[in-house]
Amino acid sequence: MAAPLAYLDHAATTPLRPEALDAMLPFLTEHFGNPSGSHAVSRAARAAVDDARVTVAEALGCEPGEVVFTGGGTEADNLALAGVVARRGGTVACSAVEHHAVLHATAALGGRVVGVGPGGVVDLDALAAALDGTVSVVSVMLANNEVGVVQPLAEVAAVVRRAAPQAVLHTDAVQAFPWLDVATLAQPAALVAVSAHKFGGPKGVGALVVRAGIDVAPLLHGGGQERDRRSGTHNVAGIVGMAAAMRATVAGRDATNARVGALRDRLADGLLAAVHGAVETGMRADRIAGSCHLRFPGIESEALLVLLDDAGLCASAGSACASGALEPSHVLAAMGVPRDEALASLRLSLGVTTTDDEVDLALKIVPEAVARLRGD
Amino acid sequence: MRVLVAMSGGVDSSVAAALLVDEGHDVVGATMKLWGGAGDSGCCSVADVEDARWVARQLGVTHHVFNFTDDFEARVVAPYAAAHAEGRTPNPCIECNRHLKFDRFLDRADKLGFDAIATGHHARVTAGGGRFRLRRGADAAKDQSYVLAMLGQAQLSRVLLPVGRLTKAEVRGLAGSLGLRTAAKPDSQDVCFITSTGGREAFLGPRIGLRPGRVVDATGAQVGTVPAVELVTVGQRRGMGGGAGERRYAVSVDVAAATVVVGTAADLLDSRVAVTPDSVSWVDGPVAPGTPVLVQTSAHGLAVPGAWEGDEVVWDEPQRRVAPGQTVALYDGDRVLGAALAACIGSSKD
Repeated sequence: MAAPLAYLDHAATTPLRPEALDAMLPFLTEHFGNPSGSHAVSRAARAAVDDARVTVAEALGCEPGEVVFTGGGTEADNLALAGVVARRGGTVACSAVEHHAVLHATAALGGRVVGVGPGGVVDLDALAAALDGTVSVVSVMLANNEVGVVQPLAEVAAVVRRAAPQAVLHTDAVQAFPWLDVATLAQPAALVAVSAHKFGGPKGVGALVVRAGIDVAPLLHGGGQERDRRSGTHNVAGIVGMAAAMRATVAGRDATNARVGALRDRLADGLLAAVHGAVETGMRADRIAGSCHLRFPGIESEALLVLLDDAGLCASAGSACASGALEPSHVLAAMGVPRDEALASLRLSLGVTTTDDEVDLALKIVPEAVARLRGD
Repeated sequence: MRVLVAMSGGVDSSVAAALLVDEGHDVVGATMKLWGGAGDSGCCSVADVEDARWVARQLGVTHHVFNFTDDFEARVVAPYAAAHAEGRTPNPCIECNRHLKFDRFLDRADKLGFDAIATGHHARVTAGGGRFRLRRGADAAKDQSYVLAMLGQAQLSRVLLPVGRLTKAEVRGLAGSLGLRTAAKPDSQDVCFITSTGGREAFLGPRIGLRPGRVVDATGAQVGTVPAVELVTVGQRRGMGGGAGERRYAVSVDVAAATVVVGTAADLLDSRVAVTPDSVSWVDGPVAPGTPVLVQTSAHGLAVPGAWEGDEVVWDEPQRRVAPGQTVALYDGDRVLGAALAACIGSSKD
């Protein structure tokens, strides 16, 4: 398979940062120890995990002891919701635009789903109405994975304090971390989930912040690692890689926002100008800098993605189900986008490695592909 | 040629793709997601998509999944349920071929710049003088020309059926020799949205509501009941009573009146079968009334002689009644002439 000419699917996953790879390699080779042991080889691994924990805590605005390393964002979300419900009873309330890791976990826990406005921001009145004494955890993401909309977490927290003071707030910050100062913005949340591969770290590792005083029951039982909150031998290389990627992300975040935000604006404006009838989903000001979500009425995303793939552009639309088929987006449905328009959408997500050339290529081939599908 | 192969994850479409690759075509595979969630069984389960993806990888071709569940629901599943509510028994696989494989999928292939589509059906398309003919597959026992009989020139000119020239044993042999992981996979048997455990009852019950019905004889006297009149098919014997004396069959079903009329095997014999006029389609132009034809009325039925008379087939010898909604396929030897749907019994000229 030929290498793609433009990768604009950073919301799906990102390439590994060189800093992460360099940090990981020793732990895939000579430093192979199990951090739970007591000898020299173990101690080297333990020190690396301890250092990573400090880095992650700083990047997420918590104490090192509040970081629980997990096998990714999905596990972190599930641990937050199921872990709290197992300890406190009650149920979950989440927004309708959550990632499936939260949405399906909420459904499995018999929870309730709160609608969003047309811009994709959670409806605070509806949230207040949905909360009562039976809700033990509220989950509202910091930034959405499909349309990039940022949620007003402080306002959400105020509603929770007022309408369900017994409940804790969880936020899925998986998509937010590359772009937003999660250490500050997620302060109102008692639980915060992140995933390394969305910001240049490796796949299969993530973290959940569990602030002091919050007790979560473990999903996995075993050796009692992570203070009995997540058993299983540490993924040392993954944890080290995540920490390195976090450090690099935080250091470059302002510059990345400025540079990539300008690229995103050029891309979105260019496509809106070049494609007749193109519509941007939601308000640009409300979203993270890497996110560009457009709809091209009259075409089918599924066919568009094939043509873009043929032309060397990696993009996405909605989310894929187990078979790999594209599913109509629950996020767009929650925002009130008609189904046929939702099925005509394209998500272009930029990242720290995105170049001018990639944007130029997208500005050339997306209009061509849309025109071809429309028979123009 | 650029060919988009509809790969179901079964052995036939796997070998179809392999043959086209071998012939030097530029092949891409695609699996249609038509039905069900993650754990479903049937012709588009996750496991089948994985099989298709694996075979595509083995062949070195790109593979896509197309989500056509909305169209499948609207064009196949909902009409199937509605037909039962009206006492007709359609063949959903034929409607899937008509509306999904040879319409929606073909249209998608056009838009993506493919010259043709291919499927793993056991039938043959032959060309001559710029016209296309549809013929029975080489393996008489596996022939599927019946479920393609409604195709016309517009589709056949852009359709390849590479396995139609092979027997099923040859297909499996080829799959085995190529090391394809679908080589020993069993043939699919059932309608993909009807589970073997729940049957039609579990599927149709929530959709149309099943009602008990009266079973009456020719005089109108009640001789029994059935739990769901919508599930009774003309010609059915099971549940019709009779027992020791004479075997009884459903000879007509009136869903609106929730009544099944039973009779003897002789009562089921008809001299003709009427078709719904707007359902008639021709492979290559209409056949003149009075033309002798061979007629097949079920996927694995025998073709029997009759004459096409414009809006009905008149049988040479009386034949067992064709359930309304079934496809009536007309042949000249091994060549498909056209197809139509059997009309409701009340509209026959008997």
